[in-house]
Amino acid sequence: MKPYLREKTSFSFAEVPSDTSFEAGYLVSKNAGWRSIRPVIDIEKCVGCMQCYLYCPDGVISIENNKAVIDYDFCKGCGICKKICKINAIEMEAEKK
Amino acid sequence: MSVTANNLCRDEFFYGHKACAGCGGSLAVRNALKVLGKNAVAVLPAGCMSAVGFNFPQLCFANNAIISTFAGTASMLTGIEAGFRARGIKDFTAVGFAGDGGTADIGIQALSGAIDRNDNILYICYDNEAYMNTGIQKSGLTPFGAKTTTTPAGKNIHGNIRPKKNMFEIAAAHNIPYAATATVGYMTDFLNKVEKASKIKGTKYIHVIAPCPTGWGIPVSDTVEISREIVDCGLWYLAEYENGEFTLDHDPKEFTSVSDHLKKQGRFRHLTDEDIQIIIQSRDAKWEKIRRDWRK
Repeated sequence: MKPYLREKTSFSFAEVPSDTSFEAGYLVSKNAGWRSIRPVIDIEKCVGCMQCYLYCPDGVISIENNKAVIDYDFCKGCGICKKICKINAIEMEAEKK
Repeated sequence: MSVTANNLCRDEFFYGHKACAGCGGSLAVRNALKVLGKNAVAVLPAGCMSAVGFNFPQLCFANNAIISTFAGTASMLTGIEAGFRARGIKDFTAVGFAGDGGTADIGIQALSGAIDRNDNILYICYDNEAYMNTGIQKSGLTPFGAKTTTTPAGKNIHGNIRPKKNMFEIAAAHNIPYAATATVGYMTDFLNKVEKASKIKGTKYIHVIAPCPTGWGIPVSDTVEISREIVDCGLWYLAEYENGEFTLDHDPKEFTSVSDHLKKQGRFRHLTDEDIQIIIQSRDAKWEKIRRDWRK
């Protein structure tokens, strides 16, 4: 479970809540555009030690089948995961426009 | 059982936020919420984490979360705890995430009051050592020598002239049930302190160092490395306060170079050798007291 991207991106005035509360975990925009470099995981090398998952400020790394997987919709490309990876299974590659 | 990456809750409760790349504060909030789980009720005063977490309609907390007044983090936690208790809800944690300014300067009165009443709340201060959200102004937790927009480094005055307030010992001086220091660099230590605090009744205070790449002048990939170094070189310590006693959790046999650590950061790059000597002397004086008086 985590906040997820909704289809809806615009609101009419009538829909804007009149009080200060709203549904939790409601995402309407990605953060992918922030990135100039992207981490790429070498699946062969990855041993699933979970350190990149533990230290990702955005929580975009999950572990599936004992391998790290990145959600590129929300990765900002900070590169903490590359630095933390002891077996150098993560490389930063330039984003292609 | 201690918290590790392996048994940490896989759900994400702070996701899609607009914090800068490599933000230490968001790393602390994200992982603390993973320990506390979906029934945590988070209070965030004005500061980076509320600014990046609640950009309507982009709402990045999956659990209940609310923005408080800048000064009122602890008093809102008090109210939430009392409200839930009055409604008969038992399974929840009222947790506050305030920055260094919101804790040591603006929110200190409300925090002091909450500790005095021993309200059953958990207060986490993510310390990035200045008012980073508004563009890097000095706070009470900005260390000696750091350059901020309000303590610029010039020919005569080299950044901040005052030492960092000792917020951990200020909280402990209230005879608080539990207080601890941590850093996002040693994540499992921090997470175990959050876990331990969540099981203690009364007011708990955790002070976690959370580097800000923008304000500290470090590459965005270095947040974790620099927050490990700050402990390794002795400018920060991992400790706990419980039952009226201080305990040192990690006693480095040998400190790494303070100068190397400081020179990596843009905010300290102007420091002269004499300035660094002052910092080393104050570190040594502090550690002499710690090693003499605290349990190990």
